[in-house]
Amino acid sequence: MKEKTLFSITGLFDSSDEIGHAVEAVVKAGYKKYDVNTPFPVHGLDTKMKLPPSKLGYFALVLGLMGASAALFFMWWSISKDYPIIIGGKPYFALPAFIPITFEVTVLTASVGTVLTMLFLFFRLPNINHPLQDTNYMRNVSNDKFGISIEAEDPLFEAGKVKDFLKSLNAQDVGEIYFEEDETADSTRIFSPKFIAFLIVTAVIISGVTYFTLNKLLFMDPFNFMEEQQRFAPEGQTTFFKDTRMMRTPPAGAVARGAMPYMFANEPDSAAKELINPLQPDEKTLALGREKFNTYCSPCHDYLAKGNSRLMGQFPNPPSLHSEKVRNWPDGRIFHVITEGQNVMPSYAKQLEPNERWAVILYIRALQRAMNAKEGDLK
Amino acid sequence: MSESEFKLDYVKKDLPLYVRNVGLILSAIGLIIVVISYLADPVRTAYNSLILTAFVVSIGVCSLFLVALEYIAGAVWSVVFRRISEFLSTVVFIAPIIAIPFLLNLHNVFIWTHTGTVAKDAVLAVKAPYLNVHFFLIRFAVIFLIWWLFYFIFIRNSQKQDITRDQKLTKINIVFSGIFIPVFGFSISIAGIDWLMSIEPKWYSTIFAVYYFAGSLLAALAALTLIAVRMNEKGLLIPGLMKDHFYSLGALLFAFTNFWAYIAFSQYMLIWYANLPEETFWFINRTQGSWMYLTIGMAFARFVIPYILLLTQPSKMNPKRLKIAAVWILLSHWYDLYWIVMPNYSKHGIAFSWNEIAFPVLVLGLIILVFYSRSRKVNLIPVGDPKLKRSLEFRL
Ligand code: HEC
Repeated sequence: MKEKTLFSITGLFDSSDEIGHAVEAVVKAGYKKYDVNTPFPVHGLDTKMKLPPSKLGYFALVLGLMGASAALFFMWWSISKDYPIIIGGKPYFALPAFIPITFEVTVLTASVGTVLTMLFLFFRLPNINHPLQDTNYMRNVSNDKFGISIEAEDPLFEAGKVKDFLKSLNAQDVGEIYFEEDETADSTRIFSPKFIAFLIVTAVIISGVTYFTLNKLLFMDPFNFMEEQQRFAPEGQTTFFKDTRMMRTPPAGAVARGAMPYMFANEPDSAAKELINPLQPDEKTLALGREKFNTYCSPCHDYLAKGNSRLMGQFPNPPSLHSEKVRNWPDGRIFHVITEGQNVMPSYAKQLEPNERWAVILYIRALQRAMNAKEGDLK
Repeated sequence: MSESEFKLDYVKKDLPLYVRNVGLILSAIGLIIVVISYLADPVRTAYNSLILTAFVVSIGVCSLFLVALEYIAGAVWSVVFRRISEFLSTVVFIAPIIAIPFLLNLHNVFIWTHTGTVAKDAVLAVKAPYLNVHFFLIRFAVIFLIWWLFYFIFIRNSQKQDITRDQKLTKINIVFSGIFIPVFGFSISIAGIDWLMSIEPKWYSTIFAVYYFAGSLLAALAALTLIAVRMNEKGLLIPGLMKDHFYSLGALLFAFTNFWAYIAFSQYMLIWYANLPEETFWFINRTQGSWMYLTIGMAFARFVIPYILLLTQPSKMNPKRLKIAAVWILLSHWYDLYWIVMPNYSKHGIAFSWNEIAFPVLVLGLIILVFYSRSRKVNLIPVGDPKLKRSLEFRL
């Protein structure tokens, strides 16, 4: 059998007064590595143990400041810098509006961070075991006894002497605590498969139950007044209106928002005379024109406007747009064809905004020019 | 140790005589300057009297509130300090005296007293049933009578207990605390709204009464802390007070500093965000000219500096630090009230000269005198209180 390593010598006391005196004696004897375990917080023990004030507050401060600056930075970056949004007519960087969130994030990071720091630094987190665990000593001090445990690491430690010393303080049950075998090896037990599996199962169950209760069992619409309102189907009947129809006709003379009536219906010649292309044939316009032409016109007129339909005879082939006639048409005349259609060609006014029509026309002009270049164009 | 074995190690000591002399001298000097100031500029003096009335009421009524709070919450640690709050609450009796100059000048301070203006102004006309001189004076009298009444109840029972050691008196005071606390909530709101908010009768802020309460309680706590630390240093309280007791005072000061900041910021942010003209103009007035500096300074004086002073754990038990913080907080409460009231007197910039010193000196002297004379005949800690033993043994 391997020899066990000694962790500490422990002794038990009956009352908080006794443990107080014992601690004073231990401090006086010069022991440094020892710990006291009590079933409830005993006031004044920390002063008797001469413990320095906790440093945890500084962690909280630093974490809080980090949280505050992270929150402020994120809000500045997202709302003022990367995607500036004006909210409520306030400046992009509206500090007063950011303060509540900064405050919440500060509190959150400081508190959660401090607890985690405590778990890692003081309880040595990945390690979740301690030699005192599962011992009779622990059983006693978490019930009705007050215990002191002087560790073997202490420079003054000598097993026999410590035992006598504790007995001289009237400690009961003076005994040794040994490391268990797997504790001496540096195994970080938190990563044991069993524990990890336990964590995963717990997480899945808790999130599943939460999801089910909140989203299925107790689900409530946050705002249901838009969903729950009375509404009518377009073709339905109602008693509300006299004519019992739900669909209403707009009042005479109503115009849709943004709509511009076309003034030259059935008047191709006036359109040709009066309409002037407002656009210049620059790179951007031509790119727009090409996009729209290729989308809406090329299925019939073909990409080069020569009239080779891609519709395989399912629709009459249009004439070429490179004809003398069309080349000599003013822009306004083509505009008229797009807006009104011509014979079998339907109107494209719904698909194309006026300025898109003008861009398409400029693109057609470019195509025409490419087929029938003028002499001067070569220069 | 059973209750009967508990021997109180307390001998009544008197405050040193110089305290009275300082109080007398300050009051005398203060009174003289106040009179001169009133003769020279009654309106300005009226404004100052308003500030200091609010200040004295802060300390007096909120001290009474602290006493009631201790009873109703069953607080143990503060029993050793209760007498200090009791003595301080006596200053509610001098508040009406301080208020005389502004009561004489209602017409110069409050626009809603001008019946002609009110009749022409729709907003003021709606408020006239509340904001009129008669009802104002009635409320003034009623809230003071209420405070005096509860003062007599609490103080009488507390002092009687020193002699009779009757636990029933504690019970009676607990019942009256339950009645007093809601009444206090209403009356301090009336005080804040009537005296401070109605100088700008068209201003809307639903949180202003809480704002005044937050600052006031802070002032009462600061006065308590300052005197408690000082008396303990002089050995006038009881031996055995630990840093745990003072830590509790420091923690409360710190907590209410944050509470004040929370309320003050809430008020500012909501008004800034909603951007309604009937609310924003109050803050805009306080950014005119040099008032801007005082407005920014406010955030530092009432929040940042006390926050830093009291942030760490050791500083909350350090007597010296506590005294500095307490004095600072008392000064900043005056600053706060000055900032609320004075922009109505001088719209375009800070007005500060000897007139503004007069009342603070007088009030300081009077508070010291009142405290001194109250402490003469009464034990400085409530020796008959059943919670006293536990209070002495209080550890965090
Ligand atoms: C559905 C197939 C089809 C589409 C899509 C189409 N057209 Fe036409 N287009 C025709 C036909 C067919 C004619 C010949 C009509 C006729 O008989 O006068 C025509 C005629 C024309 C004419 C008159 C040519 C002439 O010589 O009289 C022009 C200009 C024209 N189209 C431009 C366009 C433009 C610009 C578009 C894109 C917005 C477009 N078309 C989209 C089928 C189409």
